[in-house]
Amino acid sequence: MLNLLYLLASLSFIVGIKMLGHPETARKGNLLAAVGMVLAIAGTIFLHPTPVSGMVLALILGALALGTVLGWVAAKRVMMTQMPEMVSLFNGMGGACAALISLIEYHHHVGQAGAMASIVAGLVIGSVSFSGSIIAFAKLNGTLSKTLRLPSYNLINNAFLILTLGLGIALVLNSGTWPTYMLMVLLALALVYGVLFVVPIGGADMPVVISLLNSFTGLAAATGGFLYDNKVMLTGGILVGSAGTILTVAMCKAMNRPLSSVIFGAFGGGGAAASASGTEGNSVKDMSITDLAVLMNYSKKVIIVPGYGLAVAQAQHVIHELEELLESRSVEVKYAIHPVAGRMPGHMNVLLAESNVSYDKLVEMEEVNPEFASTDVVLVVGANDVVNPSAKTDPSSPIYGMPILEVDQAQHIVINKRSMSAGYAGIDNPLFYHPKTSMVFGDAKGVLTKLVAELKQM
Amino acid sequence: MLELFEHNLDLIYFLILAAFVGVELIGKVPSVLHTPLMSGANAIHGVVIVGAILVMLNCDPNDTLNLILGFLAVLLGTLNVVGGFVVTDRMLEMFKKKK
Repeated sequence: MLNLLYLLASLSFIVGIKMLGHPETARKGNLLAAVGMVLAIAGTIFLHPTPVSGMVLALILGALALGTVLGWVAAKRVMMTQMPEMVSLFNGMGGACAALISLIEYHHHVGQAGAMASIVAGLVIGSVSFSGSIIAFAKLNGTLSKTLRLPSYNLINNAFLILTLGLGIALVLNSGTWPTYMLMVLLALALVYGVLFVVPIGGADMPVVISLLNSFTGLAAATGGFLYDNKVMLTGGILVGSAGTILTVAMCKAMNRPLSSVIFGAFGGGGAAASASGTEGNSVKDMSITDLAVLMNYSKKVIIVPGYGLAVAQAQHVIHELEELLESRSVEVKYAIHPVAGRMPGHMNVLLAESNVSYDKLVEMEEVNPEFASTDVVLVVGANDVVNPSAKTDPSSPIYGMPILEVDQAQHIVINKRSMSAGYAGIDNPLFYHPKTSMVFGDAKGVLTKLVAELKQM
Repeated sequence: MLELFEHNLDLIYFLILAAFVGVELIGKVPSVLHTPLMSGANAIHGVVIVGAILVMLNCDPNDTLNLILGFLAVLLGTLNVVGGFVVTDRMLEMFKKKK
């Protein structure tokens, strides 16, 4: 009976992931997987073959209830802009769970090499995933804004990795006969490695890292499946492990950055400094909000390029208002969505959908690029790297080769930014000095609110 | 070492097939859905909670330390599962067609 439930749950995971891949069925797929998960959890508790003490059962149900309430509230309260760090945090919890299981089971399987291998692997992968996810979380929510890079960090990281793996293998070969403190040393090493692994990685690459850590946690769950010979843990864990890896690669492709350079060769300081000094001395053109209102009011076609700056400023509702206002004056308005706009692929679509922007107004990069030539005004709000022409023209640029939105084809380019500071990738943008470009400085929400007010008076 | 593999051949077959299924499932997903998909996958690896529950069920009721660790494991696993599915649902809710 229990195994049948596990089979059903495994099937629900597979079909659920499949359905998550299509816009029409995605939500149902998520629900299906959730139902499968409830079946697996309920079955594990209530169909356990041996009698269980009431106290233990109460503890399990208590932990489940507490976790459900906390998880539910956290997930419901989090703002859409903070979604990526929330996913990272939940991922870290899963990793910690796997590591704790290994800590407890270590003493129960002394002398069994196979079980010991699963336990040690679960401990190492789970801990790396936990500490790495916490660092990714801190980086995304701004607690840890500096990208720390120890001198020759690649060397130090690899040394830690080898040390961790070496100790792990030694523990397995001795089948748990070593004293407990060696296990604690391994735990500490794995936790430190997780931190070292994520700390040097640049903010722009954070989604890739989260996706990678996500597949790590999947593998950690799978090690638990090996340990208990539990098919639902194996299916769930391995599915996420492999699907997560493919997803990571797909994200790297969207940014045109090989995975190896995300992990080992984070965005270089040298190249950034060089290109920054190259454009120094060029001047930028300022534009007043009133001028922008006039310009837009008498345009035929406006394309908005939203970026993360729009999201941080919580301006997705105002921009929808602007869009409706312009449409009511028969200006054609579209949104150009770069595949990595926001902090994660698809993040910007979620944010704009939240403020009721119609799905068919969001145009993807390949479709929108030919349209810029016939566009009067391109309004870039809080985006930077995705419109940086160096990606096409400057082979020394760290983002060289990344596909961009070709906004310089339009008649007028208006860029709203808070300041002249460089974008997420930390590199300068020659588009700001383009003769067709005007800058409107200020917080996206403030600027757009004023713009809407000006337009209403016309 | 070889013995270990021979004894677990079923599991190894299982592992290889499941890994391929995972790869195939993600084949052609529009980039719009990358974030929800990652979040959904994140919830699914919360299945590790089954392991945490098994630890607790097999735990000696007098073993306080392990009961505490097990409780923590179940709690963290639940956060992963519930938080993961609810966040994913919230993201996908926004893709509804609005006319």
